[in-house]
Amino acid sequence: MTRQKAPVGRETLETLESLAASREILVTCGSGGVGKTTTAAAVAAMAAVHLGGKVLVVTVDPARRLATAMGIERFGNTETRIPPESFEAAGVEPRGELFAAMLDTKASWDDLVARHAPDEATRDAILGNPLYANISGRFVQSHDYIAMERLYDIHSSGRYDLIVVDTPPTRNAIDFLAAPERMADFFSSRLLRWLTAPYQSRVFTVASKPFMNVADRILGSQFLADIAEFFMLFQTMHDGFVERAQAVQSLLSQRRTSFVVVSTLEASPVAETTYFIDALAADHLHLGAIVLNKVFPAYLRSTNATHAARALSDGADRVATRVIASLEGGGATAADVARVLREVADTFLDFQVVAKREAELRKDLADHTDVLATVPYLADDIGDLQGLLEMGSHIWR
Amino acid sequence: MTAGPVDLLDRKLLFVTGKGGVGKTTVAAGLAVRAATKGKRTLVCEVDAKGDLATFLEVGPLAFEPRKVQQNLSAMCLQTEESLKEYLRLQLKVPLLARIGPLARTFDFVASAAPGVKEILTVGKFCYEVREQHYDLVVVDASASGHVVSQLAAPQAINELVQVGLVRSQTSWMLDILGDAALTGAVIVATPQEMPVVETLELRDRLAAETNVGLAAVVVNRVLPEPFTDSEEAIFEALSDGAGAAALGDAIDDNLAPLFDGARLAVTLRRTQARHLARLRDELDGSAPVLYLPELFTRAHGVRVTRLVAEALGEELE
Repeated sequence: MTRQKAPVGRETLETLESLAASREILVTCGSGGVGKTTTAAAVAAMAAVHLGGKVLVVTVDPARRLATAMGIERFGNTETRIPPESFEAAGVEPRGELFAAMLDTKASWDDLVARHAPDEATRDAILGNPLYANISGRFVQSHDYIAMERLYDIHSSGRYDLIVVDTPPTRNAIDFLAAPERMADFFSSRLLRWLTAPYQSRVFTVASKPFMNVADRILGSQFLADIAEFFMLFQTMHDGFVERAQAVQSLLSQRRTSFVVVSTLEASPVAETTYFIDALAADHLHLGAIVLNKVFPAYLRSTNATHAARALSDGADRVATRVIASLEGGGATAADVARVLREVADTFLDFQVVAKREAELRKDLADHTDVLATVPYLADDIGDLQGLLEMGSHIWR
Repeated sequence: MTAGPVDLLDRKLLFVTGKGGVGKTTVAAGLAVRAATKGKRTLVCEVDAKGDLATFLEVGPLAFEPRKVQQNLSAMCLQTEESLKEYLRLQLKVPLLARIGPLARTFDFVASAAPGVKEILTVGKFCYEVREQHYDLVVVDASASGHVVSQLAAPQAINELVQVGLVRSQTSWMLDILGDAALTGAVIVATPQEMPVVETLELRDRLAAETNVGLAAVVVNRVLPEPFTDSEEAIFEALSDGAGAAALGDAIDDNLAPLFDGARLAVTLRRTQARHLARLRDELDGSAPVLYLPELFTRAHGVRVTRLVAEALGEELE
């Protein structure tokens, strides 16, 4: 592997293939709707087929279609192997094995509590606390943390050569990176002590009494008691949590982990991508590749074709009278033909506007990475493993 | 179907949501501009502070304090901390001292980590604006599919969690506003692609099951035009190869191959879209009006796009 010899700060990796071959974790990220999940699955499938070893893709969406595409009923929180028959159906013989798992936030939180709780009674008390049910199942930020936590868990099991992780569509794409740290901060915070103080000792401190009075008026004592119970229980897991959060953070910043930013060539995702690239750099995380999805074909940008389209549009009537004789039957008139020719020309010019807009945005991203891979606009949604591999083949080398 | 598309802008509070990347912000800005043009005092608010809304209105960075961006139209962006201060001050009438002491910090942490507070501050702010009648219409550029359900369900969740106290009594009137279909509605934005359509249908079901907010409309963004009628497509095919293509080659010197490839791409894409549109219409089955916005083949972005979308929405709503 060349990476020991690479100059500091700049990798000499040139393809997604070499990136996948030299990393243990690839994290795909980007704004919503750009094809993150599909890209993660395609990269994992390519790695299983061409590089071998055991490859796992972890997705966050309940992507039923993706499961069906890979030939499994559906995948849950546990890792499921993609059956060899799926590869046979796709006409390939994989060198390795492909597994898939979905991130089930609630189930992952339950696992985490079970692991860190000091005893069964504490575990059951936490799992039964109404606040816990809300945090783990319903509210947004818990996804971020648990995604990173789960990744750490799977990675440290040593069961896989490569793990490709699809990140949650966070409001702010970088949020999940800060999640482990935030969680650690949270458990170390003084506020926890404030909240739990009256329940831990019979004597209210001078400082916390007025605070509790106001809080009680606003939130009601039952809710405060629930909060306090929840945090006291959680504090029994404090050390485990903080340690884990730090370990997760460290794993992400090591060179065994690379980030693959996925985008389409539209203004908003590209702006998000640029922001994300800066955020990765600021956190000393490694940007491995940028994958551009649903990109219009290059012929749409041809200047010669622009001239041809204008000429065709202007001369449609003349051209129509010359070609009408060659069209057998159908009863088309020269006017019909002229209308079709003008539509062909106008459609081309319309699509060219979009293709040129894309090319401009592409320029903005090209300087940021060694690997800028492009997936063309595929007319049909990907419906099977073959489709994933076809998509993968566009970005692999 | 009682609430037709004509009534959309007569509501007081619209949450514009949908799968990421479908153009929520564009549609929210477009709806707001349209309403303002029709003379309604309108507030448009971005919830996910990405700054897209400012781009689409071409104004500087938005703040919690609404700023006027054109006649009848103000814009703001939601900031939890500011929202919290306002909430403590106006809703809970917490004395100033408590607002800056440990209590404020408690709320701060509760807001970022504990259940529902951030969500209720978000939803509560809009309900408050509606209750106070500062505007005729509040358009929310809301969070994407998954998160919006948490936000809209928060008052209910808090209501269940917090049995007594001021917060509980505060959630009751919010629930009244959110649950009134004449006042409040969700607008789901989709594109004619598989996943956005699937998510739209799932979101409709989740809104119905987990929140009391009704679905006001589905907006399908970026719909491609149909290039050819059936008979025109037959002509196009005849010109694409064989004698037709040869005659065309004789009649014009330019290389027309990219043009025909482009037109073929347009036909294929449109056909795929039509399939997804049909599914969306079938499964919605008249439960909500569907508005269509065309793909904009324009070089422009920003406020020009918003203007075009507002016009297209206007045509759909007439």
